[in-house]
Amino acid sequence: MTQNLQPIASGLWSDEAQPHLLAGQSADGKIFFPIPDGDSGKNLDVIKLSRSGILWSFTRQDFKPKPPYDGPEDFIPFLIGYIELPGQIIVESHIIDTTLEELTIGMAMEFVITPFDDKRSIYAFRPEQSL
Amino acid sequence: MSKVYIIGAGIHPFGRTDERSGRDQGVFAVREALKDANLEWDDIQFASGGSIAAGNADVMINDLGLTSLPFINVFNGCATGGSALSTAQNAVASGQCDIAMAVGFDKHPRGAFNADPKAFGLPAWYGQTGMMLTTQFFALKLQRYMQLHGISRETLGRVAEKSFRNGELANHAWRRTPMDLDTILNSPMINHPLSKFMFCAPAEGGVALILASEKKVRELGADAVGIASVAIRSRPPGSFEVFAPSMDVEDGGKPTILASKAAFEMAGIGPEDIDVAQLQDTESGAEIMHMAENGFCKDGDQEQWLAEGRTEINGVLPVNTDGGCIACGEPIGATGLRQVYENVTQLRGRGEARQVSGKVKTAYSHVYGAPGLSGVAILEI
Repeated sequence: MTQNLQPIASGLWSDEAQPHLLAGQSADGKIFFPIPDGDSGKNLDVIKLSRSGILWSFTRQDFKPKPPYDGPEDFIPFLIGYIELPGQIIVESHIIDTTLEELTIGMAMEFVITPFDDKRSIYAFRPEQSL
Repeated sequence: MSKVYIIGAGIHPFGRTDERSGRDQGVFAVREALKDANLEWDDIQFASGGSIAAGNADVMINDLGLTSLPFINVFNGCATGGSALSTAQNAVASGQCDIAMAVGFDKHPRGAFNADPKAFGLPAWYGQTGMMLTTQFFALKLQRYMQLHGISRETLGRVAEKSFRNGELANHAWRRTPMDLDTILNSPMINHPLSKFMFCAPAEGGVALILASEKKVRELGADAVGIASVAIRSRPPGSFEVFAPSMDVEDGGKPTILASKAAFEMAGIGPEDIDVAQLQDTESGAEIMHMAENGFCKDGDQEQWLAEGRTEINGVLPVNTDGGCIACGEPIGATGLRQVYENVTQLRGRGEARQVSGKVKTAYSHVYGAPGLSGVAILEI
């Protein structure tokens, strides 16, 4: 579904069948996401962030943001939240395949790549799908 | 450092004044403050001030008079007013001058703020994907706080209800019509759990304060209010702040907690000694969370505090007696000084219909803003 789409930015997630968000890690173990540009990004090891985490908080964007928001012309409210990747970092993310009513802090979430518009893809999390 | 006093306070009404630029609203406030202190512009020996979206403050001298005074421009986000106050206070306390002025003003377009990712050191995609909105941050912080500490949406509504009720009593407020709880709770959702009337709106306004040394206060016989402390703190590691694509797993504290603690320590008093407080209420949840972060109650106690009306004008700790940002709107450069203006008004007993009853001896103000900084000022008489 997202194969023909261009990632919204390069270097945000790994290019593989099961992609991971990419972060920088300093010698003392501190993790930075996204990997900082410029001098502060130098000397960081690139690491893969976990594909599963737990929901830290969430909300729904109910109005169309002004630019620099660059989403589809026809605005549809979307879910966002913070996902705790245990032992690593808490990341802000779009949340898909669910509704506001179904979300609870602490629930298990999994990483996915999803369309942003008809040309670009973004990263997101969704409630863990039972196998 | 010697003690510094506020001897004049002026305000341009907050809200929308289409025919007047932001800076002209600042000039208006300066003239009001001079009138209040019974001084002329020539008497001001030092000034600091700023805005976020309405230009440089020092250009005001074109209107006020070319007196060659040093005028420091401040551009410090939501702490612009607090930083201007701190700068002016230091100029007097250090003996550099006897009379100084702090001024803040602003004028923002309608609708939610749209920040430029680059200005905050963030990548373009963060803004493009619609995750860089201040309203979201407050909703996300609040959603978690409510679940962890048992705060209901009704309590959020009660805060806004109080803001509009107090705003009706303040001449400088923008929203001056009381609104019932149901209307607030059922207004269009912005970012769940926050609906439209729980949020403040970007607005316009200007505030000026005139500061003086003890010597000058005596000389002028001024109606003076003492500055017990001013503390500004930027964020510690591991704090959850506005415009954060990520944060540490370990909670490292908050700039408000640090600024509050520092201000209380400098003033030599505690939260229980405060008679009236103005707390950053970007939305009603912020007022709730800031009550605890500033040390006035425990996390979760707000549910009972609001139900019992403890933060009403006649309550044990009146909070946002002029309706705060929710009723006054948010001109970023002016808000911090509006809170101080309101505290000066209360300490002087000039609050009229919104005057806190009994002797008001101490007053507390707190601003918070991007990218994670807080300013606290404690005044006393």
